[in-house]
Amino acid sequence: MPNNVKQFLIVYPISPLCQALVKNAIFILTSRLMCILLFDMLLILMLMVGINVEAFDTPNESSKILSSSELPAPPTEVLVKDKPNDAGGSIIVTWGKSADDVEENELVKEYRVFRSGALDGEFELIGTANKGFEKFVDGTTIDGTQYYYMVKASDGVVHSQSAVSEAVSSSAQWFHTGRISMLVATVIICFLILWFIGKAKKGEKLYIRPIAGLEAVDDAVGRATEMGKPIMYIPGIADMDDIQTIASVIILGRVARKAAQYETPLLVPCCRSIVMSAAQETVKEAYIAAGRSDAYDADKIRYLTDDQFGYAAGVDGMMLRVKPGAIFYMGCFYAESLILAETGHSTGAIQIAGTAMPSQLPFFITACDYTLIGEELFAASAYLSREPLLLGSLKGQDMGKAILIAILIGGVILVSLGFTKIIALLATG
Amino acid sequence: MIETLGIWMAAFLTLCILSFLYKDNPFYKFAEHLFVGLSAAYWAVYYYFNILLPNLIQPLFGHGQLLLIIPLVLGIMMIMRLFPKVGWVSRWPLAFIVGSYSGYNLITYLQSKALEQVRATLVPFIQIESWKNLFTNPGVMTFLNAIAVPVVVVGVTTGVIYFFFSKEHKGVFGGFARIGVWFLMIAFGASFGYTVMARISLLIGRVYFLLHDWLGLIQ
Repeated sequence: MPNNVKQFLIVYPISPLCQALVKNAIFILTSRLMCILLFDMLLILMLMVGINVEAFDTPNESSKILSSSELPAPPTEVLVKDKPNDAGGSIIVTWGKSADDVEENELVKEYRVFRSGALDGEFELIGTANKGFEKFVDGTTIDGTQYYYMVKASDGVVHSQSAVSEAVSSSAQWFHTGRISMLVATVIICFLILWFIGKAKKGEKLYIRPIAGLEAVDDAVGRATEMGKPIMYIPGIADMDDIQTIASVIILGRVARKAAQYETPLLVPCCRSIVMSAAQETVKEAYIAAGRSDAYDADKIRYLTDDQFGYAAGVDGMMLRVKPGAIFYMGCFYAESLILAETGHSTGAIQIAGTAMPSQLPFFITACDYTLIGEELFAASAYLSREPLLLGSLKGQDMGKAILIAILIGGVILVSLGFTKIIALLATG
Repeated sequence: MIETLGIWMAAFLTLCILSFLYKDNPFYKFAEHLFVGLSAAYWAVYYYFNILLPNLIQPLFGHGQLLLIIPLVLGIMMIMRLFPKVGWVSRWPLAFIVGSYSGYNLITYLQSKALEQVRATLVPFIQIESWKNLFTNPGVMTFLNAIAVPVVVVGVTTGVIYFFFSKEHKGVFGGFARIGVWFLMIAFGASFGYTVMARISLLIGRVYFLLHDWLGLIQ
């Protein structure tokens, strides 16, 4: 108890209860005064050493700052650079981790990345990175504008900031240097294709092995003609952006030409409006080429719906009512493949399918008479037409495959011997 | 009340579609035409509000992105096929679509289905750790682990050989191609079983709807 209080009690004696009350009141008052003084001194000290005190606004948090040892160490060496191989609008910010960014320590929970348009301007928060990370990609920059960055280590309440970075601006690059292997592969394959197309055009005979499914195309058209039944051609459910649909439309041309020659009706229900347009053009051209433009009926190439199972239901209904003599499934198919192929099988039609969808091939193999597996679908147009352009293209692609097999076998041997750099050489960015 | 009506309608249409298992009939025809018509309308509205409006109409007329005049003109050219006299105009946008997508797909397919596949297959042919594990702890799983890489490398190589079209499949080359076909058929068999399981779960879902939601026979 302070001496002046003792003297006061001696000079002015009062009851023991009052004495106790006065003693406690004075003790509490002095304690509070001491605390406030200590707090002010600490604040002044922190401001002098440049520690961020913005988090001390609320009374509850003030308790956290009483010990300066709870402040995280700031991130170090903030480096900035334009993101390489992009279309602009991005800057990469990297920093050295705070000394307190360790697993057993909770002083750093995240890093806060700030950006400003001027060195002495106001920095605004643009994003955060979790504890343990040393990189942030700012994808909101304007090309050609200079930016400054600063990173703060934070435990969610208090922060310690790094120095401000150098100025940086983002820009777009014309060429993706990580995709050189892609460029080389594309150039080689295009060169091989053009080389063999040139050879085929000069009259060199290019061999194509027999493909059972394609040899049956003419038989299927002939069978439908003999039975007096129409042919149904289903070009899949993908749009014209799918390479399988493009291949399918080319095969459709061949089937349509045969159908026109034999005067057999050809039905093409489509799932996409653009596929319907392409199919109409192809079939029309085939009928003209066969000298039967009068037999062409655009209404037989019709659009049903874009919905996968709505289309399947519609085609199933058509199959049962029309009872085609031959059904072709060529293109991209998903879960509707078995529904269609089973219904087609139940009508007794000869069925030829072709798709590059690995998950649907088993269903076509089991439910159809012939199936073109994967790339056989793409080879079909060359096989059926025997045009030099397509034959040369097919031969060129085969050479591309031979190169890939050589890289594969050679690469596995090299990697087995410990030369792993070849894997990086094949990186496609 | 509305929910009950919806359940009854859904159950009726489900039974209409399932009646196809017996044979084509007026109930199936009704459900089929309803499905095709409704879904065509649904997708037409969907395309307008989710593709045309945000990607063409709003940016062009709302924000003045004049570059979008090109797709607008191509779209109008495509509609020209509705008028027989100028229908030929629609061939130009079609040619543009087929050509641009072919070029775009050349790069994406070459990257994802050729180079990246080859790169992923470049692993040491003999995994020493797996073989050590096989000898110390012989079993089916350790054996499969040990032969996994050789199976992948041989499967990929012979599979690609099968897809050679400009060389006759005879002799040693033909033998490799035959091995490739075996690999393909085994893979298709596995895929078949997996997908059939998924389809059965769809059927179970539909039967559950009928027995639980509609008839209330199971809880």
